[in-house]
Amino acid sequence: MHGRLKVKTSEEQAEAKRLEREQKLKLYQSATRTVFQKRQAGELDESVLELTSQILGANPDFATLWNCRREVLQQLEAQKSPEELAALVKTELGFLESCLRVNPKSYGTWHHRCWLLGRLPEPNWARELELCARFLEVDERNFHCWDYRRFVAAQAAVPPAEELAFTDSLITRNFSNYSSWHYRSCLLPQLHPQPDSGPQGRLPEDVLLKELELVQNAFFTDPNDQSAWFYHRWLLGRADPQDALRCLHVSRDEACLTVSLSRPVLVGSGTETLLLTVDKSPLAVEWRTPDGRTRPSHVWLCDLPAASLNDQLPQHTFRVIWTAGDAQKECVLLKGRQEGWCRDSATDEQLFRCELSVEKSTVLQSELESCKELQELEPENKWCLLTIILLMRALDPLLYEKETLQYFQTLKAVDPMRAAYLDDLRSKFLLENSVLKMEYAEVRVLHLGHKDLTVLCHLEQLLLVTHLDLSHNRLRALPPALAALRCLEVLQANDNAIESLDGVTSLPRLQELSLCNNRLWQPTLLQPLASCPRLALLHLQGNPLCQAVGTSEHLAELLPSVNSILT
Amino acid sequence: MADSLPTEFDVVIIGTGLPESILAAACSRSGQRVLHLDSRSYYGGNWASFSFSGLLSWLKEYQQNSDIADESTASWQGLIHETEEAITLRKKDETIQHIEVFCYASQDMDDNIEETDALQKNPSSVISSTTTKPLDSACLSEETHSLYATGHELPAKDTPKSDGEISLEVTDVEDTLAKEKYCGDKTCIHTVSDGDKDENKPIEEDNTDQPKRNKITYSQIVKKSRRFNIDLVSKLLYSQGLLIDLLIKSNVSRYAEFKNVTRILAFREGKVEQVPCSRADVFNSKELTMVEKRILMKFLTFCLDYEQHPDQYQAFVQCSFSEYLQTKKLTPNLQHFVLHSIAMTESSCSTIDGLKATKNFLRCLGRFGNTPFLFPLYGQGEIPQCFCRMCAVFGGIYCLRHKVQCLVVDKESGRCKAIIDHLGQRINAKYFIVEDSYLSEETCSNVQYKQISRAVLITDQSILKADSDQQISILVVPPPESGTCAVRVTELCSSTMTCMKDTYLVHLTCSSSKTAREDLESVVKKLFTPFTETEIDKEELTKPRLLWALYFNMRDSSGISRSSYNGLPSNVYVCSGPDCGLGNEHAVKQAETLFQEIFPSEEFCPPPPNPEDIIFDGDDKQPEAPGTNNIIMAKLDSSEGSKNLESPGKHLQN
Repeated sequence: MHGRLKVKTSEEQAEAKRLEREQKLKLYQSATRTVFQKRQAGELDESVLELTSQILGANPDFATLWNCRREVLQQLEAQKSPEELAALVKTELGFLESCLRVNPKSYGTWHHRCWLLGRLPEPNWARELELCARFLEVDERNFHCWDYRRFVAAQAAVPPAEELAFTDSLITRNFSNYSSWHYRSCLLPQLHPQPDSGPQGRLPEDVLLKELELVQNAFFTDPNDQSAWFYHRWLLGRADPQDALRCLHVSRDEACLTVSLSRPVLVGSGTETLLLTVDKSPLAVEWRTPDGRTRPSHVWLCDLPAASLNDQLPQHTFRVIWTAGDAQKECVLLKGRQEGWCRDSATDEQLFRCELSVEKSTVLQSELESCKELQELEPENKWCLLTIILLMRALDPLLYEKETLQYFQTLKAVDPMRAAYLDDLRSKFLLENSVLKMEYAEVRVLHLGHKDLTVLCHLEQLLLVTHLDLSHNRLRALPPALAALRCLEVLQANDNAIESLDGVTSLPRLQELSLCNNRLWQPTLLQPLASCPRLALLHLQGNPLCQAVGTSEHLAELLPSVNSILT
Repeated sequence: MADSLPTEFDVVIIGTGLPESILAAACSRSGQRVLHLDSRSYYGGNWASFSFSGLLSWLKEYQQNSDIADESTASWQGLIHETEEAITLRKKDETIQHIEVFCYASQDMDDNIEETDALQKNPSSVISSTTTKPLDSACLSEETHSLYATGHELPAKDTPKSDGEISLEVTDVEDTLAKEKYCGDKTCIHTVSDGDKDENKPIEEDNTDQPKRNKITYSQIVKKSRRFNIDLVSKLLYSQGLLIDLLIKSNVSRYAEFKNVTRILAFREGKVEQVPCSRADVFNSKELTMVEKRILMKFLTFCLDYEQHPDQYQAFVQCSFSEYLQTKKLTPNLQHFVLHSIAMTESSCSTIDGLKATKNFLRCLGRFGNTPFLFPLYGQGEIPQCFCRMCAVFGGIYCLRHKVQCLVVDKESGRCKAIIDHLGQRINAKYFIVEDSYLSEETCSNVQYKQISRAVLITDQSILKADSDQQISILVVPPPESGTCAVRVTELCSSTMTCMKDTYLVHLTCSSSKTAREDLESVVKKLFTPFTETEIDKEELTKPRLLWALYFNMRDSSGISRSSYNGLPSNVYVCSGPDCGLGNEHAVKQAETLFQEIFPSEEFCPPPPNPEDIIFDGDDKQPEAPGTNNIIMAKLDSSEGSKNLESPGKHLQN
């Protein structure tokens, strides 16, 4: 039959495709070569713009070429008349938009647009906002575009209320939108500034309640959507705590002053400095971390000269000023006393009410009710379970301790992938509860035995503890932060899975250490203990290293000052 | 149209309804020579859409139908050879019955009415229930009319699209492409969002500041007749349904545009309310409590893969779906939503069928928008025409107003070999596909038909007012007592290009137990109130007012098996008319089944080749063949240009 339709076979199609690709590749490579040659030769003229636009039009992720374009544009800025320049900018904006259509998530293209708009004398921000709206219409979760929108909104000074309404409209369309929720969390504090005295970054209660309702709608509709839960956590979260000195401790024996800070810092770097005055006169001292490593730490200490500790005066007053944190603390060492301290109590400051709290407990209580209602409908929803645990901790960690532990058990069962994370979180909460109980009891002895702990945290809160029992847990290490326990005399850590003792180092008062039934498998692991001057009694029964021949000799050699080592 | 057609074809298709048109496209696409005939003057048979005056003419035709005198058979008897016998076809269509028309809008005569044909017609069954006070109404309507008519010059659908619209369409395509991975290069469904469309609509007077309702008079309706595209069948496309899949696969979608149905409504305790069915709807709903939201979402999520959780329904297999729903902690309003608006089933339907229907609804969500349905702009009647166009592009020949007298059967083989048309021409073919309304009484003597009750209303307001007056809604009104059928209501706004501005086109459908008016009038009364000039009490005012109403019954031949027809040769295939269902699955399935029966080794409507892959046999030396390609594309373009295709075949013939 003549003249009837016939379709190319698949081989013919493939061959045609191959030839086309080959041709394209050739053009691409030669254009790239030419651009690089011109750049090297310093020929930054319009021809480079033309060549780069050919390549970037097809592949907008070629970052070097965007740099090249910026160089050319900068050069041309000096040479061209304002009219010519305006035309140039117009083409550039049009070109950028066409590149964004090729790849709406190209870092280079969005960045170039930022750069260009930033250089314009009279940028048209309204058009940029419209561009963002258009791209977000197509993909409401394009975070590149969200970023750019925030830049534009800031430059154009768009009222936060308008931007908030914009996030509203996108959340209405699809609430699985981290960017949109996040933007809300930035806009709301701007719209409702708190009085200076109030905690910054927080919302007034009426606004908070409205937001909570919105976000509850989201997680009741789809409890598996994480974005809503994260926003919920932010809503109930507290602002970063104010910088503070938590504890100051002076020991006459060790001639040493220890300070515990509210966040880890690297003292001596940049503006982070600690100033010490003794009896109102400044004293230059060397600050170091308890474990001797130079890295950000909660706890710092310094040696005191004998003069500042002499017994002639009735008392010595030590004051530490944390310049960057704008905080200070004072403690007094009385005549005849071995030590003196001053500390913030964890119970007073509600240090451990995790990320939540500060809000009125009625708000938290009603959130807890809602979540429990949801949990009844969705007994296996991990986000709901976790939120319940956090709310209970924020409300009253000790009162809800038992319930919290039950929820942890359920949570671990429904989310076995995160079992280890949950164990660690549980350990943290249990430790916090124990510290609270210890402080209520006003003792320096902390019992953490039989708690299934997998990790030790908040050790900087335990500066004053003398006796610590960690037996019968699932600990695998005594971490470096343990070195902060400068007053520790007796440490029991039997029946764990400890393989590392990095933290048992330079503890000036440690006398007795029990490490029975752990996983210490060779004597060199005990090396850190050599730096504890008063260690006299060491229990090592039930460790693998006890099986080996010659262990006792080896240990005696390693720890000559320890009177009795039981293997 | 040339007087004589070619005499040799592979397939002759009689009737241009949806299944016939799909078959025509499929046959032509697979290389068959197709002749597609219809004795009517329009495409689509009972699937057609009409302008308002077109509909009036259609009604008139039915009322005059009975007068047609039987033509003498002598003219063609002589053409039958001795070895042959003839199966006569039916002369007049008898699928439509019980037509009743009511006009409530004021019929003032002051207006200068152009569509004389329509107005002259004053069928005996037209009952005007409005007692018009001539003076009053004339003044009033003149006033509103002059206000209304300003800036209303753009003629209806024949206007070539502006460039702006075309480029917007392209962006839409890109959006769809980005979201829908399955799309081929060009294949995709054009959904037009409100924003896009509004820009291109004629700018009309903004009447929002006017507290009074717009008064639309009958003469305005007639004047704007071409703004209306009134479907004889009221159907929607399930966005994961067979028809959408076929439109995409075959690339026929390029000939049509669609809008997403925007609302699923429910009628409960005398009130119309919106049903939250998608995730976004549930999230935004102000009516549902937090816990209801969860329970509804949970149930819907379960329905999406209910087969995976037999433990959840196994015990209720013997129960009805409504009984099953009662066990699922759903509050009564949620039960109503699921049963009537989402599953859209009768209360008596079984648990499994209910779950299946719910699942089908849900899996259609989100493909093109927040509801599972699409509506074709300019009406459902576009769809058969799109397939006809596809058929014509691949060489099919079209003749409307072309009656077929009889099928010619070879006595020896028992196979049909030709048809004889009204001009006495004998046309030979291998296969014959006939829409069942063409089959004679003799052929159909054993067939029992069901009926569909239909109503078409023109109203002045939406049944549920919302921020936007451009909503496309679907509502199922459950039967007041068991035993009767639920009534399906589809309300179309003017941006669907099926009715004039400030009016709504409402379709009601149910399977018949009595005449259409008897079946549907009670629902019409519940939802609407007749338009009157006089003041009415406040409660009634909240309902939309009826301007015009039409009731009719349509024959439903969808369930008829081929074996019920007498004496049909094996190479004559029968397509049925529209069924009562909401989707088009029956028509697509029927077309595909028949196609596979006729051509078991051929693919059904495969994607058309890319233009650059088309080469011509015998032109091997210049495979590019740029000239010929262009011609094909040009033909496609030109056929796309005009919406109201008289005969798509012409483009290829000349």
